[in-house]
Amino acid sequence: MKLSKRVLLISASLMTLGLAQSVTAAEPVKAAFVYFGTPGDAGWTFAHDTGVKLVKKELGSQVTTTIVENVPESADAERVIRDLAAKGNQYIFTTSFGYMEQTLKVGKSFPKVEFYHNTGFKSSENVHTYNSRIYEPAYLAGMIAGRMTKSNTLGFVASFPIPEVVRNINSYTMGARSVNPKVKTKVIWISSWYDPAKERQAAETLIGQGADMLLQNTDSTATLQTAAEKGVYAFGWNSDMSALAPKAHLASVIHNWGPYYVKTLKAALDGKPSKENVWGGMKDGMDGLVSLNSNIPASVKKEVEAKQADIISGKFKVFSGPMKLQDGSMKLAAGQSFTDQEIDSIKFYVEGVEGQLPK
Amino acid sequence: MLIESLTPLLVSAIGAAIPLLFAALGELIAEKAGVLNLGLEGTMLMGALSSFLAVAEGSSLFLALLIGVAVSVLFTLLFAFVTISLQANQVATGLSLTILGVGLSAVIGKTYVGFSAAKSFAPAPIPILKDIPLLGPSLFSLDYVAYFCLFSVIAIAWFLTKSKAGLALRSVGESPSVARSLGLPVTKIRYLAVLFGGGFAGLAGVYYALAQFKVWQDGLTSGNGWIALALVVFGTWRPFKVALGALLFGSVTVLGLYFQLVDIKVSAFVLASFPYVTTILVLVYLSMDKETIRRHAPAWLGKPFFDDR
Repeated sequence: MKLSKRVLLISASLMTLGLAQSVTAAEPVKAAFVYFGTPGDAGWTFAHDTGVKLVKKELGSQVTTTIVENVPESADAERVIRDLAAKGNQYIFTTSFGYMEQTLKVGKSFPKVEFYHNTGFKSSENVHTYNSRIYEPAYLAGMIAGRMTKSNTLGFVASFPIPEVVRNINSYTMGARSVNPKVKTKVIWISSWYDPAKERQAAETLIGQGADMLLQNTDSTATLQTAAEKGVYAFGWNSDMSALAPKAHLASVIHNWGPYYVKTLKAALDGKPSKENVWGGMKDGMDGLVSLNSNIPASVKKEVEAKQADIISGKFKVFSGPMKLQDGSMKLAAGQSFTDQEIDSIKFYVEGVEGQLPK
Repeated sequence: MLIESLTPLLVSAIGAAIPLLFAALGELIAEKAGVLNLGLEGTMLMGALSSFLAVAEGSSLFLALLIGVAVSVLFTLLFAFVTISLQANQVATGLSLTILGVGLSAVIGKTYVGFSAAKSFAPAPIPILKDIPLLGPSLFSLDYVAYFCLFSVIAIAWFLTKSKAGLALRSVGESPSVARSLGLPVTKIRYLAVLFGGGFAGLAGVYYALAQFKVWQDGLTSGNGWIALALVVFGTWRPFKVALGALLFGSVTVLGLYFQLVDIKVSAFVLASFPYVTTILVLVYLSMDKETIRRHAPAWLGKPFFDDR
């Protein structure tokens, strides 16, 4: 008992010593990133890792980065995040939706550490959220698909029916129908973020049922690969996948986390850590549509570029009227548009999407 | 019309079944010799990665396949040595092998992530047979590796039931001490059976990497090594039943996805659980038939044998 008290005292004094030091010397900022998968998924985590690489390139030795890969969205996440905070990381980025509660919990115990949680909707004094409006480039992808489809049938390989995914299905469909009202979208849910075999089977099934333009809201490249094999078109998702199937790849809908990470850590270096909840879109450079296939007619490219300019300038909002529900009833009249909160709670299909939304 | 919509489903189902079948057939041989190898998933990934790297470095497809198999056999040798020679617990060792394979393949494959395979196995439809409705496009328009898989179902069934070597293998799995007293080289047979299983798991991996995905990504095999393990029990250690099981599992998976597209009012979550529910139901049904299990399950499965020679 006595001994442990002494140990405590010593470690406490050591800690104060350490703190004092960090104030006087210009030490690098310590940032940590929690990954759901590995950069080897070539998708979601790869996109985050690309962002971290940009941090290293732009800020160099001013920032030390720690990365933990393959962290399950369970109690394990809390342990990992707590550990990172205890080890003196001042800025911790948790890069998956399922880390929301764990990040908030650890945030309470470490009020001096700033946490940034990706894609969540809850924040606190020192836990901030960041996300990209990837539904914007998904809309543009839909426009391309609507122009290029021969069967008027689009296919969508979906993961879990959460608002983030449902709104991407909707915006893809709305984009397509804005140029081709005959388009229908078929959706298959695979109940996983990353399962190459299932993604492949879902893509095969969609193609077998006539879909000739595929998009996926899952993390692997299997959908694109399958499309290439069966001679139909598909898009890359999360990161640029054009090199994988140059012929079948129409364009990639990507997240671009790098600029956000650099900006946030620069603010930290300046001693003014960001406390904002950021939901950035194409105008902030946080997402976009890249690597357009040369087979896309110039007129379609022009049309897409014009719409992109309208989205960036704020002239066009994806979730604005007239917008009809699956059964044809009017959800948003012309001139109306959704608030961010409404966009973040979309749990319905728009007109043109087939099938039933799993509940 | 019915055939038209059934054809793509059967094509997908058979595509899903082939790699499962490779891994399950190999495991069947190992288990018939009394060794339970839970390292399939890791071995498949090692096979997939090594064959992928081989084509990336310019080797021919056939050589890449051999390399994939050889690496898997070597990888399994580790398991064989620890469980057969050192008589360690097979379950724990097998699990370690899977964990090792998943990690090792991810580390080595790091710089190749997202690259597509330089070459891949292309379908080679069999003339005349390929024009049969339904079966033509699904069963007779496969690639050579898949044909080999179907052929090995028959070969292994023949080997187990009709050949002397097959009898020796089975007796080792039934009772190694009796086999030993008959003068059979128990340790050698167990080694060969386990390495054969490793090689076939490697073929499953090669098939994923060079015939189906044609790309390298972490965890490419998506846990199907575990399904293959279940299939061996599912098929009560008989090759044709295992093949049926693989096809059934493939069909049910594909149907679960397909039903989302037709107007059936069933939740996608329920449909996604289809393959697993079916597996459980069939296993329950099978286990009610104690006699069949007793006749086909290797009695010495999972137990080490001390060979004092």
